[in-house]
Amino acid sequence: MKKMIKKLVLLICFVGLVIACSSSDDSNGGGNNDNFDRSGLLTNYADNIIVPAITNFQSKVLALNAARENFLNNTNQTNLDLLSDAWLDAYKAWQFVGMYNIGEAESFTSNLNGFRVYYNVYPVSLSLIQSAAAGASYSLDSDAYYAAQGFPALDFLIHGIADGDSIPIDKFTSNSNSQGFIDYLNAVQTQINTRTQSIVNNWQNNFRDEFVNNTSSSATGSISKIINDYINYYERALRANKIGVPAGNFSAGQTFPDKVEAYYKNDVSRELALLSLEAVQRFFNGQSFNGGTTSGESLASYLDYLDNSDLKNDINAQFNASRQQIQTLNTSFSQQVSNDNTKMTMAYDALQAAVVLLKVDMASVFDIQIDFIDNDGD
Amino acid sequence: MTSQIRSYLKSTVNPAPLAVFRIGFGLMMCFSIIRFWSYGWIEKLYIDPKFHFSYFGFEWIKPLETYTYFIFAICGLSALLVALGLKYRLSIILFFLSFTYIELMDKTTYLNHYYFISLMSFLLCFLPANAYYSVDNLIRRKSYQSIPKWSIDSIKLMLSIVYIYAGLAKINSDWLFKAMPLKLWLPSKYDLPIIGESLMQEHWFHVAVSWSGMLYDLSIPFLLFYRRTRIFAFVLVVFFHVFTRVLFPIGMFPYIMIVSTLIFFDAYAHERIIKVIKYVVQRLGFKSLKLEAISWVNKKPNFVPVLLTVFFTIQLFLPFRYLTYPDELFWTEEGYRYSWRVMLIEKTGYAEFKVVDAKKNTSFLVKNSDFLTPFQEKEMTTQPDFILEYAHFLGQHFKSQGHDNLEIYVDSYVALNGRRSQRFVNPKIDLLKINDSFEHKEWILPFNDEIKGL
Repeated sequence: MKKMIKKLVLLICFVGLVIACSSSDDSNGGGNNDNFDRSGLLTNYADNIIVPAITNFQSKVLALNAARENFLNNTNQTNLDLLSDAWLDAYKAWQFVGMYNIGEAESFTSNLNGFRVYYNVYPVSLSLIQSAAAGASYSLDSDAYYAAQGFPALDFLIHGIADGDSIPIDKFTSNSNSQGFIDYLNAVQTQINTRTQSIVNNWQNNFRDEFVNNTSSSATGSISKIINDYINYYERALRANKIGVPAGNFSAGQTFPDKVEAYYKNDVSRELALLSLEAVQRFFNGQSFNGGTTSGESLASYLDYLDNSDLKNDINAQFNASRQQIQTLNTSFSQQVSNDNTKMTMAYDALQAAVVLLKVDMASVFDIQIDFIDNDGD
Repeated sequence: MTSQIRSYLKSTVNPAPLAVFRIGFGLMMCFSIIRFWSYGWIEKLYIDPKFHFSYFGFEWIKPLETYTYFIFAICGLSALLVALGLKYRLSIILFFLSFTYIELMDKTTYLNHYYFISLMSFLLCFLPANAYYSVDNLIRRKSYQSIPKWSIDSIKLMLSIVYIYAGLAKINSDWLFKAMPLKLWLPSKYDLPIIGESLMQEHWFHVAVSWSGMLYDLSIPFLLFYRRTRIFAFVLVVFFHVFTRVLFPIGMFPYIMIVSTLIFFDAYAHERIIKVIKYVVQRLGFKSLKLEAISWVNKKPNFVPVLLTVFFTIQLFLPFRYLTYPDELFWTEEGYRYSWRVMLIEKTGYAEFKVVDAKKNTSFLVKNSDFLTPFQEKEMTTQPDFILEYAHFLGQHFKSQGHDNLEIYVDSYVALNGRRSQRFVNPKIDLLKINDSFEHKEWILPFNDEIKGL
């Protein structure tokens, strides 16, 4: 009897030790036999992909800011065109940043679209912008104004025609609310500047280390979070917002040529969609942002490690097929929707097929919980 | 034979084990409710969602908005009263009703261990658990020195059923030969100390854990039953449940099982446990009273053993109802619930619903996040009865918005136990024309693989 109790006590001690060592979320990997380098994966993503993309975006935002100042100092069409160019450059850089709803960015909002609500909600609300220009009070931080800021707002301000005007530049010159429009342009730019700066600071000061060190396998670990963000971005921002919504997939038969990205510029929606898809595929394969074919550990290599190379190949093949479909579309999705919407729905279907591979097959293999569910399982 | 039954029904035992079980069960249930409350899950799961999945035949049981807290309060308080043994019969019935009501409110939260608690509390309604060491004893100034043997045996039987059926469920080719789904779950826990990056990644370990789990489940009731292996068995029980707790987010279940397993120990051990409790209670300032010790007298006629026989017969046959349905159980899940298939499969799904106006020939896709929480969506995408119920809900919703001549189709895929995703539901079937019933769901596509076993 005494021997049994001794064994029992020993066992409980051992078990207690195991629980104690593994109770918190953020325990570091303690193994020596590192068959798959998860830390390496997070490092590759942080140092070669995420931070370079964000700092590049930051530089484009600064250039955009300078172009705005230049335009306001000397309000003419040439400078407006330069502003347009800077806007497009920044918008293209944005396509490589929109999926990283993590760290500082994640704290912006609990909206399912994440921090993108402060940068890229379209279609933009003309009534909100115009009433703001007319003197109505507003706050770009409030959720009522998600649809009146960011790149789509700039799109309208730079390329769109305000009520009563004949050409875009009128809103800053002859329009009775020209000062209001100038103020609003400044406000939108400031919002982008401030939020981008805070994201960059966060990554450069402490979040990069926090991200890389959080190798926990739990739903709050970096790997689970970044994969969730990635899938969310692909499904909502790329598949639905850029293509599905304008094509009328979510509205009974009614297409929306005006709900495309960069509607007022009206000839870059395809270019932006292709860049977004490129960002998605490069992320999947772990290819570094600054070009080059070298890649580090990635979702693709993780699939290889878990004996799922077939799935990896199928995902890449589906990305490629989607690219081919998108390349058949008009450079302006508005035109495409109006002329021949079936091509849009075909591009949607191609993108859709990859959603299942990512959200079902890949998530299952990685044992990732989609949209962290805090509840007991069985 | 009947004389043997009769003498068995008349035989009595020391009431201490049942008293300890009552105290343990009551305290764990009370704590569970508090824990649930403290995580904010009452609001998250029962008040915030716009829609709740119902159990077949129990659609009238719904959350009561802020009054839902009331139900949880009743549940927690009655559990505490059960532990104390105060107005036991009333409090255990209240607990059973309130706990079961909570579970019936939303099918999304179905867990085998909640089902277990409902069953156990139902069972306890008929057992004299307040016969010993209870406040009721203090009030009546009487304490029983014996209770019917079948009252303790029925709890042992209930636990044995859970384990044995859980073990039988693991006898299938996916679990034993493919080491699925453990092969998906274990490697993903790579941050466990010492074993995370090494043992948990090894194939042989996955297979070993699968077989061990199956053998443990099947043998543990017997090991607990026989005196010589009892302590060893209990050590195994503790180890098994702590190990699974570390690996999986299964809440209170492991602790409930560990505490429940104490019922297998003899009266002497339980008397010692009660001595410890008495010591703690005395230190808190309560004095102990000497009570008149009386023997148990069987009521005549006693319908309880008959009721329990019916109850256990149902429990023995219910898990086999899946045999009346064709195709693969893990795929269609017809007859999956209430059969102790615990942590047995990994299923991930995707379901996109298309609402069609048959007259105008237009359609649109539904954003599930407009109607369901992420948790509800996760459960919906892998279970056909959920898909059907949700489709009908969508139909009603859009009809109330003025759409007519509606048809609803679903684009649905499921990945089972590490297989590649396959289409789950026939995309050409209008779900609005189907009504849920006990019959086989023809609109689930066949499973393109085979899983052998029970």
